[in-house]
Amino acid sequence: MIQLENLTKTFETPRGVVVAADKVNMTVPTGEICVLLGPSGCGKTTALKMINRLIRPTSGRILINGEDTADRNTIELRRQIGYVIQQIGLFPNMTVEENICVVPRMLGWEAKPAKARAAELIDLVGLDPHHFLYRYPKELSGGQQQRIGVIRALAADPPVMLMDEPFGAIDPINREIIQNEFLKMQATLKKTIMFVSHDIDEAVKMGDKIAIFRGGRIEQYDTPDRILSHPVNAFVADFVGADRTLKRLRLVTAEMIADPGTPAVARGARPQEALQAAKAHGGRTVIVIDANHRPVAYATVEELSGAHGTVGDFAHPLPATVPARADLRAVVSEMFANDVMWLACTDDQGRFAGVVTQPAVTAMLGQSSGQPLTN
Amino acid sequence: MQNMSGMSRMLSLVMVFALGIWVTSSGLLSEIAVYEEDILYLLKQHIILVAASGGAAILVGVPIGIWLSRPIMERSAEMIMQIFNVGTTIPTLAVIALSMTLLGIGFAPAFFGLFVASLLPIVRNTYTGLLAVPRHLKEAAIGMGMTPAQMLIRVEFPNALYVVFSGIRTALAVNVGTTPLAFLIGGGGLGELIFTGIDLMDTGMLLAGAVPTALLAVFVDFVMGQAQLHLVPKGVNPLR
Ligand SMILES: Nc1ncnc2c1ncn2[C@@H]1O[C@H](COP(=O)(O)OP(=O)(O)OP(=O)(O)O)[C@@H](O)[C@H]1O
Ligand SMILES: [Mg+2]
Repeated sequence: MIQLENLTKTFETPRGVVVAADKVNMTVPTGEICVLLGPSGCGKTTALKMINRLIRPTSGRILINGEDTADRNTIELRRQIGYVIQQIGLFPNMTVEENICVVPRMLGWEAKPAKARAAELIDLVGLDPHHFLYRYPKELSGGQQQRIGVIRALAADPPVMLMDEPFGAIDPINREIIQNEFLKMQATLKKTIMFVSHDIDEAVKMGDKIAIFRGGRIEQYDTPDRILSHPVNAFVADFVGADRTLKRLRLVTAEMIADPGTPAVARGARPQEALQAAKAHGGRTVIVIDANHRPVAYATVEELSGAHGTVGDFAHPLPATVPARADLRAVVSEMFANDVMWLACTDDQGRFAGVVTQPAVTAMLGQSSGQPLTN
Repeated sequence: MQNMSGMSRMLSLVMVFALGIWVTSSGLLSEIAVYEEDILYLLKQHIILVAASGGAAILVGVPIGIWLSRPIMERSAEMIMQIFNVGTTIPTLAVIALSMTLLGIGFAPAFFGLFVASLLPIVRNTYTGLLAVPRHLKEAAIGMGMTPAQMLIRVEFPNALYVVFSGIRTALAVNVGTTPLAFLIGGGGLGELIFTGIDLMDTGMLLAGAVPTALLAVFVDFVMGQAQLHLVPKGVNPLR
């Protein structure tokens, strides 16, 4: 757990006093990612660097797991905090392996376990240890360097990580890939992370909580959904963007709003059976599934009433299906692409898992959205 | 830059080679051979002078450069460097002459003059090389929990090493080129054959001093080039 208490930093500059942090109060629970978000110069980096004491606070306290960082040996404190700087900062004179081993070795690890750890970590981010361990940073692509920068910070398995725009210097496609990789690692590692970003989309994606900064103050500290649905003032609303409601689509997956009760019948079923199921459910559509429970077609109540033969005779092929894990942005995009009001979704094995409808999406967005509380 | 120094090295090699052919074919070789004993004796003196003054310049210059680059020196370092810079504008011959007025004649003033002449490139390159290490690397090092000494040894110095080496190389080139002047203040060395040869208009004697001096210069530069190639880590070595 990281606690900032009345944290304040002022810089004396020739052009007057700059307040880079103004009575910042926040708590990051263990195992969560907190994203510090805000425009350039709002004090994100300053707040981050005060945690590992690269910058000394003017006043206020920082507690890590209840212990005041000012009371600890600074060098030891830093070795127990993973730090990823924006410029990546791999040491060009060292190989990838040497870079990763820096902190473990300073903590007194033997060479062998440190190297084993380097190989394990590099494998974790999908790079081949044989290829990459003995390369120098200049022999890596930007994305590869960024991955190494992150695993170097993870090397000694620190409970706390500070990441200053760690995926900043990279193209959007690769950024998305690295973000996903990192979230997957975090799901098992459960580090307590302070993550600086100036990109609202990244913040929404990575953060359990987001702190929006302006001029050294926290304007709002909340979950991504609350930030998007209930910005506390015009500044936050403006910063998260006019499309903030649409951004919330990324926070919800299809399975969260899908109706799993939609009737599904086999191709060979009699229309009467299907009608009964539809009636029981109260809907106007039945999904037709194949022998492996995969949704393949649909038929409507109107077509089936009074009909003879099998359901298969009346079925229309489904234009598309979506994975239940897909976020609503992908689902809505698929709906628009196929000009339909609903889509069937499938589980990891491709089996029918329910139906997502446009009204359900709209209802979800309406649920907790509201106007800015103040203006 | 690099191509230039590569070219000049090639050129000097070719010249030494041509000199060798000319010396052999014109029968001067036998004239030089007459001085074999003198050559060996003076060469030894010469090498000792180069090694002692050059070595001392490295041992003193690198630490001075490091010291000037430390944060506590931030304010005064530039001024001290200016003094050093003014120092280099004084011709080496003048430095040697001044050194004689201070220390008399013999090995000591020669050693001191050569030492002073070689010091500046080493100090300057060490200082600028260390200052040129990117800020974010130092920040990463401190943020990871390195002590100032660890940061210097593991990050700053290795990243400045190529530039430091270039300084040492320049210093030794100056040193080897200036050492014949040591004879003028009684420091001995191959300058004795060269200057006496000039005085007596004795080409054989002159060459007996000049050829080994030239060979030594080429040799030292070659050794330094190899050292720079192999001792500077691959990740920060533009030659590899
Ligand atoms: N060492 C310093 N001396 C004086 N002022 C400083 C110093 N460091 C930061 N500042 C000022 O403090 C304010 C906050 O800076 P900080 O680097 O924390 O911003 P940031 O939110 O990280 O911005 P960016 O997104 O551009 O990185 C800025 O106005 C900056 O000019
Ligand atoms: Mg910043």
